[in-house]
Amino acid sequence: MSEERRPDQPAREDFREILRLVRPGARVLDVGCGEGDLLELLVREKGVDGRGIEISAAGVSACLSRGLAVMQGDADRDLAEFPARAFDYAILSQTLQAVREPRTVLANLLRLADRAIVSFPNFGHWRVRTALAISGRMPNTRVLRDPWWSTPNIHLCTLRDFTDLCADLDLRIEAAAALSAGRPARSMNPVAALENWRAESALFMLSRGRPPVAAPVEPTPESPSATRTPDLFG
Amino acid sequence: MRIERPLRLDSGARLEQVEIAFETYGRLNAEKSNAILVCHALTGDHHLASAHPVTGKRGWWDRMVGVGRPLDPERHFIICSNVLGGCMGSTGPSSINPETGEPFGLSFPVITIADMVRAQAMLVDELGIETLLCVIGGSMGGMQVLQWAADYPERLFSAVCIAATARHSAQNIAFHEVGRQAIMADPDWRGGDYARQGARPQKGLAVARMAAHITYLSEAALQRKFGRELQRDGLSWGFDADFQVESYLRYQGAAFVDRFDANSYLYITRAMDYFDLAAPHGGVLAEAFRGLKSTPFFVMSFTSDWLYPTPESRTVVRALNAAGAKASFVEVESDKGHDAFLLDEPVMDAALHGFLGSVAASRGLP
Repeated sequence: MSEERRPDQPAREDFREILRLVRPGARVLDVGCGEGDLLELLVREKGVDGRGIEISAAGVSACLSRGLAVMQGDADRDLAEFPARAFDYAILSQTLQAVREPRTVLANLLRLADRAIVSFPNFGHWRVRTALAISGRMPNTRVLRDPWWSTPNIHLCTLRDFTDLCADLDLRIEAAAALSAGRPARSMNPVAALENWRAESALFMLSRGRPPVAAPVEPTPESPSATRTPDLFG
Repeated sequence: MRIERPLRLDSGARLEQVEIAFETYGRLNAEKSNAILVCHALTGDHHLASAHPVTGKRGWWDRMVGVGRPLDPERHFIICSNVLGGCMGSTGPSSINPETGEPFGLSFPVITIADMVRAQAMLVDELGIETLLCVIGGSMGGMQVLQWAADYPERLFSAVCIAATARHSAQNIAFHEVGRQAIMADPDWRGGDYARQGARPQKGLAVARMAAHITYLSEAALQRKFGRELQRDGLSWGFDADFQVESYLRYQGAAFVDRFDANSYLYITRAMDYFDLAAPHGGVLAEAFRGLKSTPFFVMSFTSDWLYPTPESRTVVRALNAAGAKASFVEVESDKGHDAFLLDEPVMDAALHGFLGSVAASRGLP
């Protein structure tokens, strides 16, 4: 979405991690694609068939001039525009905490794609916890910068909250990485208590499946639903 | 241009020796890969960016055509033709029926949007062009774009559909019926035979235009432009045009009859009412777009357009996505209503410029 919906992008650490996770030639939907930086990167480096959803007309225009296929819309209302399993990956970068219905959005991402790649700021990070504990005010950290009355982040959660929701939605965590500004992504066990303190932002790759396993997870090379039927995106 | 092949119509009728009036801008390149077809709206014509022969006014999309603009004659070969059924040179109800030597009048067969597109495709054939770089149009022009996508998907490198719909709604049909009834209620319409009888149903056509014109604007735009402003000081306590908005509409109606034929208005509005792109595909719009493959397809709507509101465009986009086309969509913020697509809308210009630039680049054009 526009900058105001994606205020806390940890530089390009999540882009690099996404680039690492996405299979070459895959069909990718970037929800909140802004001016198309990530999509263009994915098209160039991975030869993906990319589509985007972007809330601002200016962002869509910028994408169009880069030759990207982008629809104006937002994650809450417009994921229904796409048929089920139209994509291999649906990406929602640093936006989940800003949507109205995170649970529905997450379920929708995994309706239209085999895998969802989701990143968000971790409200369990030690900076957030200590800021709240010491100042008694809503945390103002390098990831969460806006005052409470103007922040787009209306549904903040901790790592633990997120893994609980994944379990509740019966989503399989295929990969998890901790992101910190200026540092490369670090693979992590998302249910380890310490990570909930350490990870400033988190990035997950999810698929439909059984509840998450506790062991550290690497991206599996083969989708669990390899027997999927051909769909409308050729 | 005269099309020598007979034109088969959806109604089952055939038209012989169809004339298609058209204009081109720019030069067709050696590969014939830079042609853009622009489709006009209900009362438009092929004077895209040239002075209108009757009114002397600038072309209807003059602002979009020019060096450095989205439609650039230095880069593109731009084609715009008057639709079948029109009255500006293409065969229509006011044309002379070659069989009788008299104007067709109501003996002209009922036509459809698909018939208009079939005639355009024949023109494109005659120009020696296999694949169009882009087909672009707003309102009824956008319907033609959608029809092109359904009937000639392999001949489109890309497409742009602005402020349009994949089918006419009950409200759309209702407004058109008001217009047609106004024309047919005019005694000078003479059962459609006015041309032979030396009459012109100007009053009826003007009323039709007045009613339609309201649908092209938005309440906010009308209010901003006219409010309750009066023409003169005080009320007339009669039925003169007291309010500026009345005077405006009367002027619009009166000016329209100078440049448009009443029977053409009947036929073209009918074609729009009959338009339902999904109907021949079992009601599944995505099926109509099956042939598109990964054609870049740009759909645009305007927030204040209540004639073809944004949900209509979203329906098109959803079907395009389901069919696998490379659909892009923008809803332009504007209070100018349906006619915003003809007016100064920088967001529309920028989006169109970006889209056409990228499709040209991906076809290896400068």
